[in-house]
Amino acid sequence: MVSDTQHKTGGNSALPPVLRLSSINKRFGAVHANKDVSLEVSAGTVHGIVGENGAGKSTLVSILYAFYTADSGQIYISGQQQQFKSSADAIRAGIGMVHQHFMLVPNFTVLENIVLGHESSGNLASSKIKAAGELATLAKKYGLEVDLDAVVQDLPVGLQQRVEILKALYRGAQILILDEPTGVLTPQETEQLFEILKALRAQGVTILLITHKLKEIMAITDAVSVMRGGEMVAHLATQDTSPRQLAELMVGRPVLLDVGYSPPTPTDICLKADNISLTQSGTTKLDGLSFSLRSGEILGIAGVSGNGQSELLEILSGIRPPSSGTLSINGHEIGADNPAGPSEIKALGVAHVPEDRHAMGLVLPFSAAESAVLGYEDDARLGSAAYFAPEALHSHCAQLMAEFDVRPASPELKSNLFSGGNQQKLVLAREISSAPKILLVGQPTRGVDIGAIEFIHKQLLSLRDKGCAIILVSVELDEILSLSDRVMVMNAGQNMGIIDRADATIQTVGLMMAGVVDSDVEARR
Amino acid sequence: MNNAILPRWIDIFLLPIINLLAALCVAGIIIALIGENPFTALVVMLKGAFVYHGGLGYTLYYTTNFIFTGLAVAVAFHAMLFNIGGEGQAMMGGLGVGLVALAIDPFLPPVLVVLLGICAAAALGGLWGVIPGWLQARRGSHIVITTIMFNFIASSVMVWLLAGMLMNPGQMSPETRSFAEGVGLAQIHVIAGWLGIEISRSPLNLSFPIALIVSVGVWWLIWRTRLGYIIRATGHSEKAAIYAGHDPARIIMIAMAISGALAGLMALNEILGVQGRVILNFTSGYGFTGIAVALMGRNHPVGILFASLLFGALYQGGAELDFEFQSITREMVLMIQGLIILFSGALAYMFNPAVERIYLRLTKQGQADG
Amino acid sequence: MADLWLQFVLTIDATIRVATPLMLCAMAGLFSERSGIIDISLEGKMLLAAFAAASVAALTGSPWLALAGGILISLLFSLVHGFACITHKGNQVISGLAINILASGLTVTIGIAIFAQGGQTPFLSSDQRFSSITLPFAQAAGSIPIIGTIYKEILSGHNLLVWLAFVAVGLTSLIVFRTSFGLRLRAVGEKPEAVDSAGISVVAMRYQAVMIAGILCGIAGAYLSVAHGAGFVREMTAGKGYIALAAMIFGNWRPLPAMMACLMFGFLDALAARLQGVSLPMIGEVPTDLILVLPYVLTVVLLAGFIGKSTPPLAIGTPYIKER
Repeated sequence: MVSDTQHKTGGNSALPPVLRLSSINKRFGAVHANKDVSLEVSAGTVHGIVGENGAGKSTLVSILYAFYTADSGQIYISGQQQQFKSSADAIRAGIGMVHQHFMLVPNFTVLENIVLGHESSGNLASSKIKAAGELATLAKKYGLEVDLDAVVQDLPVGLQQRVEILKALYRGAQILILDEPTGVLTPQETEQLFEILKALRAQGVTILLITHKLKEIMAITDAVSVMRGGEMVAHLATQDTSPRQLAELMVGRPVLLDVGYSPPTPTDICLKADNISLTQSGTTKLDGLSFSLRSGEILGIAGVSGNGQSELLEILSGIRPPSSGTLSINGHEIGADNPAGPSEIKALGVAHVPEDRHAMGLVLPFSAAESAVLGYEDDARLGSAAYFAPEALHSHCAQLMAEFDVRPASPELKSNLFSGGNQQKLVLAREISSAPKILLVGQPTRGVDIGAIEFIHKQLLSLRDKGCAIILVSVELDEILSLSDRVMVMNAGQNMGIIDRADATIQTVGLMMAGVVDSDVEARR
Repeated sequence: MNNAILPRWIDIFLLPIINLLAALCVAGIIIALIGENPFTALVVMLKGAFVYHGGLGYTLYYTTNFIFTGLAVAVAFHAMLFNIGGEGQAMMGGLGVGLVALAIDPFLPPVLVVLLGICAAAALGGLWGVIPGWLQARRGSHIVITTIMFNFIASSVMVWLLAGMLMNPGQMSPETRSFAEGVGLAQIHVIAGWLGIEISRSPLNLSFPIALIVSVGVWWLIWRTRLGYIIRATGHSEKAAIYAGHDPARIIMIAMAISGALAGLMALNEILGVQGRVILNFTSGYGFTGIAVALMGRNHPVGILFASLLFGALYQGGAELDFEFQSITREMVLMIQGLIILFSGALAYMFNPAVERIYLRLTKQGQADG
Repeated sequence: MADLWLQFVLTIDATIRVATPLMLCAMAGLFSERSGIIDISLEGKMLLAAFAAASVAALTGSPWLALAGGILISLLFSLVHGFACITHKGNQVISGLAINILASGLTVTIGIAIFAQGGQTPFLSSDQRFSSITLPFAQAAGSIPIIGTIYKEILSGHNLLVWLAFVAVGLTSLIVFRTSFGLRLRAVGEKPEAVDSAGISVVAMRYQAVMIAGILCGIAGAYLSVAHGAGFVREMTAGKGYIALAAMIFGNWRPLPAMMACLMFGFLDALAARLQGVSLPMIGEVPTDLILVLPYVLTVVLLAGFIGKSTPPLAIGTPYIKER
């Protein structure tokens, strides 16, 4: 099988590439998302496209799938120039796409979702019967077993993704695009996905893998293209490159892999969670979590997204009360019977940089000055009881902007007009300026450029050194491992164990994220 | 999102004017189709609204209604709530005035009755707003549908009461008895008379200055108080409000209570300023017009004042059309109103791309020259 | 006793007459809202159609042309709604509201311009309208107790459009749940991006849905002025479009339950008409105003989740924006 694949790859090099993009341009208003992008992909290979957030990867594949139309440029499939007017044309040309956010109707069954738009007749029942037959063959061929009558919203994300792949294959995809497919998967599910992709490649399917994770590129691709700032900066054979080279190409300069970590000097326990549970409409979101946090340390919380980290942050910040268990913050007891809201928690010296910057951390249509007091609007310095002084808001914001290097430093500019990194710096500035004893941080660098990431990481470490206790929630395992003094791993709402920095390797943490507990970790729980 | 390109004055002034002109053009075509000259009609309307004896007074009298209902829609809109229940809330406001006046006007001095009546109008209007607000906030019922339903329910309650226990004994029309002498808001021409100034008779009354004061109050509330900040934050993102330590359900109810109270205040103009008793259907669709006013005024009190004046002129001018033309009735105003809501509301951004293109071309040229 | 039975049968008969436009409009709303487009303009489109149908009937004398005229004008305004909400991504509630207000103004303005009768259309004679269809042997069957009465009074004597309304409900149910078109329709109201990525135009699907809604509202309007009534009277829809909307919500965006809600609301209306001015023992004079308000109150109670749970299509009310 393996030799067969290699034979195919080698044999095809003389033929025209199965996919060729030539000088693709796309603008969104003032943003030039794709600048003269060209790409060649050989048949039967896994071709990776890497780049930072906003490098233009998603735009490029959306153009290929005719979700957007390019302003200029050509698309060739097996040497034939294509004129895609809609995704229907792309599908007909043999292109299939698995979007980052699944394109599935949540309350339809798997079968209905696969049939949608590809019905064999006007009669729904007969279309479904016919499709079910074909799908059985496909599923067997590629090893993609799914219950066709299950309702999609009841399936775990890994299976939903499988439905997306099956859907694309059912439409006859020969070129399969996967846009950031592993963001919601555990390392183990990622492994399974890669097995499926290898099987597809062996059957001659060409795969275009969009990701920002270099490890994945190294693990599965045959060739890789790097994008930066809307431009294609390099095409390389995977075996000829290294993660460091790719990272430098992505960023455009040598990357500082060291954040300047130094050992902590933790003092007293300032936060203690005892047997915290949360049940929401029948499902258990958090299951008996216990841990403690000391001043002057960073406790990282690792886990695949959706395993209770968000709920934990919400409970710690007072957004919702736990169903049972108690929380002790600086000596104050909080529980289901004596809940404390965000304002009361804040009064205990807890600040919170929320995971969802756009919906929670800022009010996007507000000016930066208005966003910069969100949650602190009761501050007496901002006016009197009946007067909320715009000039006080303005000067407060200007000061934060100067301290945290927020650009542009214009307090009256609308919050949504700042880049992700500058928005995050503004939120961080607001929270840190309240001089918190405990800082809760969720996904601090999601959608943030590398320069701002360095800045934010340094700020967190220096805050820790000043004696602040920090809880850091992130789905980026690298971020957790490089900043945390201790790491707590969550799986299905449970604490899988807390390990010291020295023991926290990717392998151990990855296994724990998947719910497997190492015996010696078990002993320390 | 597109608006980032255009300067503020185009967004705030030019586009609304273009939308208005588009609506008036369509209205003009329809007038031409039914065989009248649209330009003559326009002149008649303008004269009727501003020039003729008492015309301006009538225009401002209608304007008063629209200021209240427009502000009502705007306050709810800042919390991203679409309150189309202004009509029902205004009816309940009228009922509030009526109940207070009928109950206490034999015993208390008129000034006190009027003050309590104003409070009752706000209270009952607010109540009729806060219930759909509560249903939205705590039970997740879509506020558009519930406010529509509450309009019908209010209307039924009014019929039931005015044709029943509140009906003036010995009368056949569904209305209450007249309030006691002096219970009402003085009309401006009367006040002017006291001061020795003679102006034409019109129903314009003290509600108008009250409406202006309330406009300033609403502006202050929305942009200069913490509550206003929180209402706007809740409107843009409930999650952000929760994060900041506020209960969006509570904020929604407060916003709807204020909104309903503002709509309820419309009753001052009609019930206390003009009728001196509660009559059926005194709201005459002004609650719905408030939506058009808020849309045109972009939910800002200053914009609402101008939009109210426009609709006031339209209503008064429409009445004039009714006199002057055989084939035009007041329903023409309704038609124009519908067109304005269509063009300034639903199609508000239709002309944006074109204006953007022209603007970019002009500024590019300017840069090239300079 | 026999009298009471007859009263009951006659009320049911009236229920069907009242419920007919409600059912047609509820199905119209269902198509539109299942595709993700809120339609509060059922009222306005029905009013415009009633006016257009009555005008065409008065001018041509043909009920069929009248029906076509009603459908045409309603279709036209459903396209306006689509143009605003789909093409220009405008606010769906505002667009609907604009159409309703426009309809109130336009019908009277044009009515006066054409007929000069204060906004009404001329009275239509029976051959200018859809006449009632007497089923075979209805007269003879009337003497058979119970079944005969039901046959004669309830089933017989309705015009064609009444039957059409029931057919519309059946067809709607079939189309929405048993055809590929229905699958796409439901998908576009739940998750339009899924439909788009499947290579189907969201815009085209939504326009089709909105146009079907226009046709059904057109039939409902024609029913009011050239079948049930004999001409157009200003504001003759009198909130029926909103009641239909309420019935559709009551039926949880499903055809058969929505039909049942229409029949229930129709029954309340018929009952109120029958009890007008009637004094009952124990209760005294029946407050018919309060019976008439029940559909609105019940809908609010339903929406509040006190009876059952309402689950609107997920993507309802949000324009589909592809470009970021």
